[in-house]
Amino acid sequence: MPFVPHTEEEINEMLSVIGIDSIENLFDEIPAHLKIKGLEKVPAGLNEMSINRLMQQRAAKDGQPLCFIGAGSYDHHIPAAVWQITTRGEYYTAYTPYQAEASQGTLQLTYEFQSMMTALTGMDASNASLYDGATAMAEAVLMAVRSNRKSRSRKILVPRSVNPTYKHVTETIVKHQNIELVDVEIDNTTSKTSMDALKAFSGEDITAVVISQPNFFGTLEDVDAITTWAHENDIVVIAVVNPLSLAILKPPGVWGDSGADIAVGDGQPLGAPMSSGGPYYGIMTCKKAFVRQMPGRIVGRTVDQEGREGFVLTLQAREQHIRRSKATSNICTNQGLVVTASTIHMSLLGPEGLKQTALSCHANTQQLVEKLSTIDGVEIVFDQPRFHEAVIKVNKSAADVLAKLAEQNILGGLDLSADYPEMKDCILVCATELRIAEDIETFATALAAALK
Amino acid sequence: MLIFEHSAKGRKTKIQSTSGNEMPTDIPASLLREEKPGLPEVSEMQAVRHYTSLSQKNFSIDTHFYPLGSCTMKHNPRVCNSLAMLPGFLSRHPLAPEKLSQGFMECMYELQEMLCDVTGMAGFSLAPMAGAQGEFAGIAMIRAYHDANGDTERKEILVPDAAHGTNPATATMCGYTVKEISTLANGDVDIDVLKEAVGPQTAGLMLTNPSTLGVFERRIEEIAKIIHDVGGLLYYDGANLNAILGKIRPGDMGFDVIHSNLHKTFSTPHGGGGPGSGAIGVAERLKPFMPMPGVKKVGDEFQWLTEEDCPHSIGRMSAFFGNPGVLLRAYIYMRLLGAEGMQRVGEFATLNANYMLTQLKARGFEAAIPDRYASHEFIITLKKQAKELNVSAMDFAKRLLDLGYHAPTTYFPLLVPECLLIEPTESEAKETLDGFIEALVQVQQEAETDADMLHNAPYTMPVNRLDEVRAAKQLDLAWTAESKA
Repeated sequence: MPFVPHTEEEINEMLSVIGIDSIENLFDEIPAHLKIKGLEKVPAGLNEMSINRLMQQRAAKDGQPLCFIGAGSYDHHIPAAVWQITTRGEYYTAYTPYQAEASQGTLQLTYEFQSMMTALTGMDASNASLYDGATAMAEAVLMAVRSNRKSRSRKILVPRSVNPTYKHVTETIVKHQNIELVDVEIDNTTSKTSMDALKAFSGEDITAVVISQPNFFGTLEDVDAITTWAHENDIVVIAVVNPLSLAILKPPGVWGDSGADIAVGDGQPLGAPMSSGGPYYGIMTCKKAFVRQMPGRIVGRTVDQEGREGFVLTLQAREQHIRRSKATSNICTNQGLVVTASTIHMSLLGPEGLKQTALSCHANTQQLVEKLSTIDGVEIVFDQPRFHEAVIKVNKSAADVLAKLAEQNILGGLDLSADYPEMKDCILVCATELRIAEDIETFATALAAALK
Repeated sequence: MLIFEHSAKGRKTKIQSTSGNEMPTDIPASLLREEKPGLPEVSEMQAVRHYTSLSQKNFSIDTHFYPLGSCTMKHNPRVCNSLAMLPGFLSRHPLAPEKLSQGFMECMYELQEMLCDVTGMAGFSLAPMAGAQGEFAGIAMIRAYHDANGDTERKEILVPDAAHGTNPATATMCGYTVKEISTLANGDVDIDVLKEAVGPQTAGLMLTNPSTLGVFERRIEEIAKIIHDVGGLLYYDGANLNAILGKIRPGDMGFDVIHSNLHKTFSTPHGGGGPGSGAIGVAERLKPFMPMPGVKKVGDEFQWLTEEDCPHSIGRMSAFFGNPGVLLRAYIYMRLLGAEGMQRVGEFATLNANYMLTQLKARGFEAAIPDRYASHEFIITLKKQAKELNVSAMDFAKRLLDLGYHAPTTYFPLLVPECLLIEPTESEAKETLDGFIEALVQVQQEAETDADMLHNAPYTMPVNRLDEVRAAKQLDLAWTAESKA
């Protein structure tokens, strides 16, 4: 019996203690006609050898292609130590630290994580993480609505340069609370949020504005100007950032006049493998004034009865197990294990390692753009300061070109036309520190052939 | 000692990153960072030693019996981890084309099918990333269903008072008001109160079965009829699915939508608080509203199910496709168990719980619901000890840590005073259960002879009881270089 340790003898002993003849008696209270005979779609159990064989075959099928897609999930190097330590049983098989005295490992690590997040973002406080970047944006919107007492409109400005899926997810989560997400146009030549489009809202009652840095196209936004404009109009600023880029880019905590109010993002670039989209984690950081509106788990440092330093879950009065229907959110966990990996990842890289990784990503992307721009039929669409993604336009069907590249085991980027109809045959490409010159050469050669 | 306190400015022993790059000249200085972020500067060995030694300050399933009620802390097979972390799975980009994703998608398709089978539902979505997100998806679907029928006056979700706090919080997030339904002393929902409460305003009822009180809701079919008769839908909180796995199915009981905590029933690791998965199953009439994406099978090929197939979908719950790493682990676990193994889960989880309950009653402990069989968990109430000996459930919990056991869930459900909610799971051997029973008896004796000793427990942990009031009042949520000085 897999994972059931009972011997026949023990079973009989236990039944006799309970005073019944068979285990089936324990289910006597259940109406008999509801009991099932068996399962149809669950095959017979496999042993470890057979499951090994099956999963090895399945994993091999997907081919490990050469990856030039980003769009929210990035192929970075993860030091060997990260997941070896993370999957130690003491981290892997513990639960939420309800018994603080027996969970100081997870609690201290989470406090260190929060400290690293505030250091990277320049914000005052961080929670213990949310599900992913998209849901973190949704929670930031809800938080802004609760916090901005000067605004009654519940209108949130979302430039079209924000990851479109993040907007879809936010819509799903906030739509039942009378919140309106308002599109803001982008400048078609730069892909940046149009300042003119924003300024059309000056003086109106707007609750918050979302700014993505870099934006979905990899382009760097004028974050200072937008932040200052928003604050002049009593609008809460929600920053959506790539945490790795913050090793070199200005942190949201110091944008514009007084910094963003809430900064969120996806932690994947800091130690989580792409893994088909998860598990990743959502970064949630904010300025001091917003802390008590922050959703999710938060760890605080305190002392025990003897004055020794220790760590606990804190500000629990915001949470669902106490506030029930009046809680700040229904969330009751964080992405603990991925946060563990990420904290170890950041410790191993340190400020300099992280900076070098970000710089390599940037340099490789610039090389990629330069190389692709020499191919007949390729045009660089937005030639703006960028982080590690760029948009190219091809003179054939983007879908066909990407399919041809896939046949050669190359992921050539993301076709943008589904979300941006005006960007026909435009492809979002990305190069991380792992896409060295040799890979770029392979890509360029294959792309040139596909366009012939 | 914090990792930051191991740091030395300028320590560079990095082999994990590239090097030699200069700050870019093509980015305006106004967009660049002026100072490096305040991250620790430590060697690989320092980091490894620090996080290894921190891990040793945790209780975990791998190191301790962890009978945390309502959380199903069962064994997490190692092979589920090693196979989910095969390079082919880890390196798959979420937006890779279907042709380069058939291996992964086949696993996900089969997982959907198996989950339908074990729960008796018509369709399954793997999109939600945790139980609470599954609840949100389920209630949002109930709302979408009523809206699609032009039935927009249903403003209320009913929730038993024994429910998890996430239930009412979720209903609020979906724009509903919440009405609580009381529970009888025998653990069943008070049907008379329920009948009074339902009406044209009822959107649905959220129910956990077996309930959080650790007993099976015997009149479930009657409850389903009451809700359906007024046009409401029935939501199943799958927190306790482990108790009935392979025995009975929520779909057969009349539930319209359910979530399953794959990190409980299907043994994906709890990871110190996540990530989990709150996959949701639906009856036929809710299929058009399922969150996207999903996986469908066309001929021999696996394809993504998207908004094009499902235009009434409630939308997306995450940037990509839930938590695939968790889903793979659940898939592997289900394939290891097979149909027969799954049936044994429900049986032996229940056997273990009832054995412990019987033994503890025999040793003088008071069961919250004394005259019924337990499901996979049960409640001991220490209200007598609190009154007569001045020791609380918390004191018992803390002392158990000293004796090498993670404490059961305390103070939940809120209905039972001074309660311990105990869930042993099927993977624990009889001698472990016996050891825990003896430990509880020992704590009881200590309570009778030296209550003060219990008030100050634990004694053997890295810290003793922590000042939570100070933590909330003098907020210290992050280390900074200045705070050190």
